[in-house]
Amino acid sequence: MAKVVMRIWRGDSEGGEFQDFPTEVSEGEVVLDVVHRIQAEAAPDLACRWNCKAGKCGSCSAEINGLPHLMCMTRMDTLPTEEPVVIAPMKTFPIIRDLVTDVSFNYEMARRLPPFAPKAPGPDGTYRMQQIDVERGQEFRKCIECFMCQDICHVIRDHEENKEHYAGPRLFIRYMELESHPLDTNDRRELLRQEMGLGYCNITKCCTEVCPEHIKITDNAIIPLKERVVDASYDPIAWLGRKILRRTKKSPEEAANYRRDPQVAGSAK
Amino acid sequence: MAEYEQIDFDVIVIGAGGAGLRAAIEAKQRGLRAAIVCKSLLGKAHTVMAEGGAAAAMGNVWSEDNWMVHFRDTIRGGKMLGNWRMAQLHAQESPDRIHELEAWGALFDRTNDGRIHQRDFGGHRYARLAHVGDRTGLELIRTLQQRAVALDIDVFMETKILRLLKNSSGEISGAVGYQRPTGKILVFTGKAFVMATGGIGRSWKYSTNSWESTGDGHALALWAGADLIDMECMQFHPTGMVWPLSVRGLLVTEGVRGDGGVLRNSEGKRFMFDYIPQVFAAETADNEAEADRWYDDHINNRRPPELLPRDEVARSINAEVKAGRGGPHGGVYLDIATRRSADFIKRQLPSMYHQFKELAGVDITAEPMEVGPTCHYIMGGIRVDADTAASTIPGLFAAGEVAGGLHGANRLGGNSLSDLLVFGRRAGMGASDYAEGRTSSTAVDRAEIDSVVAEATAPLTREVGENPYDLQRDLQDTMQSLVGIIRTESELVQALDVINSLKERVKNVAVNGGPSYNPGWNLATDLPAMLSVCTMVTKGAIERKESRGGHTRDDFPAADAALGKINFVQRVNDAGEVVVAPEPLPEMPDELKALLEEGAH
Repeated sequence: MAKVVMRIWRGDSEGGEFQDFPTEVSEGEVVLDVVHRIQAEAAPDLACRWNCKAGKCGSCSAEINGLPHLMCMTRMDTLPTEEPVVIAPMKTFPIIRDLVTDVSFNYEMARRLPPFAPKAPGPDGTYRMQQIDVERGQEFRKCIECFMCQDICHVIRDHEENKEHYAGPRLFIRYMELESHPLDTNDRRELLRQEMGLGYCNITKCCTEVCPEHIKITDNAIIPLKERVVDASYDPIAWLGRKILRRTKKSPEEAANYRRDPQVAGSAK
Repeated sequence: MAEYEQIDFDVIVIGAGGAGLRAAIEAKQRGLRAAIVCKSLLGKAHTVMAEGGAAAAMGNVWSEDNWMVHFRDTIRGGKMLGNWRMAQLHAQESPDRIHELEAWGALFDRTNDGRIHQRDFGGHRYARLAHVGDRTGLELIRTLQQRAVALDIDVFMETKILRLLKNSSGEISGAVGYQRPTGKILVFTGKAFVMATGGIGRSWKYSTNSWESTGDGHALALWAGADLIDMECMQFHPTGMVWPLSVRGLLVTEGVRGDGGVLRNSEGKRFMFDYIPQVFAAETADNEAEADRWYDDHINNRRPPELLPRDEVARSINAEVKAGRGGPHGGVYLDIATRRSADFIKRQLPSMYHQFKELAGVDITAEPMEVGPTCHYIMGGIRVDADTAASTIPGLFAAGEVAGGLHGANRLGGNSLSDLLVFGRRAGMGASDYAEGRTSSTAVDRAEIDSVVAEATAPLTREVGENPYDLQRDLQDTMQSLVGIIRTESELVQALDVINSLKERVKNVAVNGGPSYNPGWNLATDLPAMLSVCTMVTKGAIERKESRGGHTRDDFPAADAALGKINFVQRVNDAGEVVVAPEPLPEMPDELKALLEEGAH
């Protein structure tokens, strides 16, 4: 058993400080195991989120030695033990208590996304799609919503004022998922450009580096989205194509209000 | 008097896993005011951890499949204890529920002709599980979550419900709880309530379940006077991780076996051939050659014994380890590395590959996994009407793991995700019908709210007392060792004594800190539900003096035909004690009985 000091941030929106918890670590333990032991033995009110403890739910995100990690997937034996292991809440979101932050920004941005609007099914009432066509979207649907990509993104990490008009990497992969979805019919490109702040991202790939699902956020979502948005706005060939195919690009308002699904349309406020 | 905010909706759903989301979607689509109240953030409920897939007889891979075969597999897998009407509706409606998810954006893996791919699983005659690699639960919950967002359903996240409230005529009319971030008390009033709180596995030491699975819904319904059935029927999943200790109990999907993995003991022997029960002998291969041919030809070969229902496999692993043929950490070996290519394994089982690599340092494409049984699922739960999901108290509906009946004494893998969809929708319909027809008052009793809040907040006011984590650990140790996979009367009686002593100790729990995001206090408010639920499991286990499905009695090792026609119903009596009463199963119609015969399909 190795001895280690866990230096954990304690406090709330009013302020706080790091508190040291000396502890011993057993073989195979992850950071969350140690945090749980501290809760059970030393600090029952130490606040942290967790659910699955298997890297599947994305609840236990925190900044370990300065970088976002899932506490349940970070083995203690991968961390240096000579120095205290520093655990802090995600910086981009307002603190509720200790390691728990208010991540409602992400849920709000999800609400502002114009929902999936499928084309009509085939004659038998079902859809046919090829595996190769669903795989692009499946990559993005691996997202466990740990929000660490949002946390590390400097557009909002150091600029609270950008949150109002910046969807962030988590939502960009969602937009790309719908953009590449074989069944979706809406065109959200102008919305992305004008209201979701796609242009703010200067592709430093920080989000990709922290993604626990290894989703290539920048290469497979943000860069292709930027290309498509530019195509939609400026490319003369795309412009000609739109004229010929009579495909008109939707304004942000049109995209936001576009509904193919009558059940959704019926309940829209 | 407690200060609280009162919130009113037509239909209030407690729980935001698959069943809760599907119920709320149904109510909202009907035009009712629907809200969801859940203990975690939206999208984090236990459904997210489901791996293998959702069972639905779409016949995309084997055109021979249909609802009648699925019905038969479900009833036989449940050791004849299941509710026939629920099993029928489930088998008939699952395909539509899966297709509906596609119309809401889900992206399932495909067959070569572009339809939804289906994988093999234990106890299912044909490949039947719609899936996305081995992260199907994530796909399901995300699809439903995004649908709920598109419908603009109100969600009260990180809110724990403490008690259901009735109006003066005994209809469920409210629920009192608190927001975890602030500790603020909320009182929800509504015309109909849907319980969709999932399972109870947190009370066992080695479990696939998260902190949320404290049986809140089972206990809330019990306290409100509802009937529960089959609470003795717990499922121990055969394959949980056993090493390192910190991940002991973590789920290893049955998909590993469905996709070709086999179980071996320390001598390298595929021991499941030694444990084929008579009832499944006609459909199970008795030699390795036939078992291996089955993957490509289901028609002319019988299923490998590794794909027997979960209760059989879990007991067999237990027996092998007891006989001294286990691995160094008390498990057996699950081997897919020698059976399938590394590419295949990484494509079909990416999350298992990841999980073993990161947490155990094991490369499953090169070496076997060591696995053993882990507490996974409760078949029993709130007694419901199959068609409407109505409980036995007016105004309360239930769906998903918290409801009992569909799975009988043992659930087949894959039948849980389809259960959520089919009965989540039906609970939404049942609750909506009830809400639309309800004219009575939804006024709740202020004094009752005050007393619930006083009891829940008492641990915050005590200077000294019991540590809630100590109580939880003692309960988990007790349930693990005395009410585990193999049970015996003397141990069950002993467990009941411990639970009763814990009920006394819980009255003296003290926690430091305040009401804002305080896990110690949150646990203190979960403990009463955990203790009530463990009482029911143990009492049911004492009453069922036979072995059937997930319930195995060392002192009554055989099944008893007479008990196979009985549900043990539990409820509280006037004195507030849990009582157990045997009641006959609903009689299955003859045309459905005929489907159960071997050779009927």
